[in-house]
Amino acid sequence: MKDISLHILDIAQNSISAKASVIAINITDSINQNIYSVEIIDNGKGIPSEMMPTITDPWTTSRITRKVGLGIPLFKQNAELTGGHFSIESEVGIGTQLKATFIKDNIDCLPQGDIQGVLLMLVFSNTEIDFSYTFTTDKGEYTFDTNEIKQVLEGVSILQPEIKKYLKEMLAENIKELY
Amino acid sequence: MAKIKSLADLQKMKADVQNKVDLREKGDAVDKLVQVKVSMATCGIASGAKQIMEFFMDELDKRNIGAVVTQTGCMGYCYAEPTIEVTLPGQEPVVYGYVDQSKADDIIEKYIKNGELVDGIIPQNYETIDDKK
Ligand SMILES: Nc1ncnc2c1ncn2[C@@H]1O[C@H](COP(=O)(O)OP(=O)(O)OP(=O)(O)O)[C@@H](O)[C@H]1O
Ligand SMILES: [Mg+2]
Repeated sequence: MKDISLHILDIAQNSISAKASVIAINITDSINQNIYSVEIIDNGKGIPSEMMPTITDPWTTSRITRKVGLGIPLFKQNAELTGGHFSIESEVGIGTQLKATFIKDNIDCLPQGDIQGVLLMLVFSNTEIDFSYTFTTDKGEYTFDTNEIKQVLEGVSILQPEIKKYLKEMLAENIKELY
Repeated sequence: MAKIKSLADLQKMKADVQNKVDLREKGDAVDKLVQVKVSMATCGIASGAKQIMEFFMDELDKRNIGAVVTQTGCMGYCYAEPTIEVTLPGQEPVVYGYVDQSKADDIIEKYIKNGELVDGIIPQNYETIDDKK
């Protein structure tokens, strides 16, 4: 993957395939701590405990269309290449929680990529899922929560072009405030 | 400094949109919408599925075509990523492989608008990609 946003898209697809109805993505970008971390938490079907010991190994997959699963191993590898960390916890019937931390000033640290584009794409292409995104920087914190947004919209579709445009601007402006 | 957009303003804006929507939605029953599914597993994303998804989302809106664009897991055609599945109202799904921007444009102009087939169809056994994985 050429940037962190594409890893997020990929890992979120695992949550979607696991039938999650709520997906939280928490991003911390801190110059002071020298880290960029991504946490993805879902309430999907969870990973069976017998799969967990090898989940970060490419030969672990439940897919039947191909024998290797690459999403998790690649994300872990790219975080660890920077000297960062990776962790994953999961419980069947409860959900999955995964966190990757990149060391920002390491030469192998991937660029963040089009984070906003990816996060909005997830919202607009999975309208039945509630997404909650929290951004934390050295300057502050912002949460974008589609459940709150849907309540405000009172049944007007989030996919209406005017609404999509507004949300895109709202997200961009609020993130800009954090830098 | 301009005020930052917030949920409170979204609420104000909603009423306006609501009125327009009522007009627009008369012709927009769900079973009349075109469905586009973009394969978003690791292999698809690595080959550019995100750009293709964005292209469909933006262009179908711009060209005023009533459509639902969603993402799905792997369709099992890793060699042909990015792959998409297009379902025209009342028809069987068709899977296209190696979709780049120019092919995506062809698919909208020829297949979605006029029902003409476009090159690059992957033969399918009539199950939709959500059933696999
Ligand atoms: N959030 C999740 N909830 C439930 N199961 C998961 C989750 N994430 C991963 N898994 C399980 O772990 C397996 C490995 O995931 P991984 O992303 O590494 O590969 P994959 O999704 O199988 O294939 P690829 O990502 O290469 O398209 C999946 O097949 C799935 O069974
Ligand atoms: Mg995956």
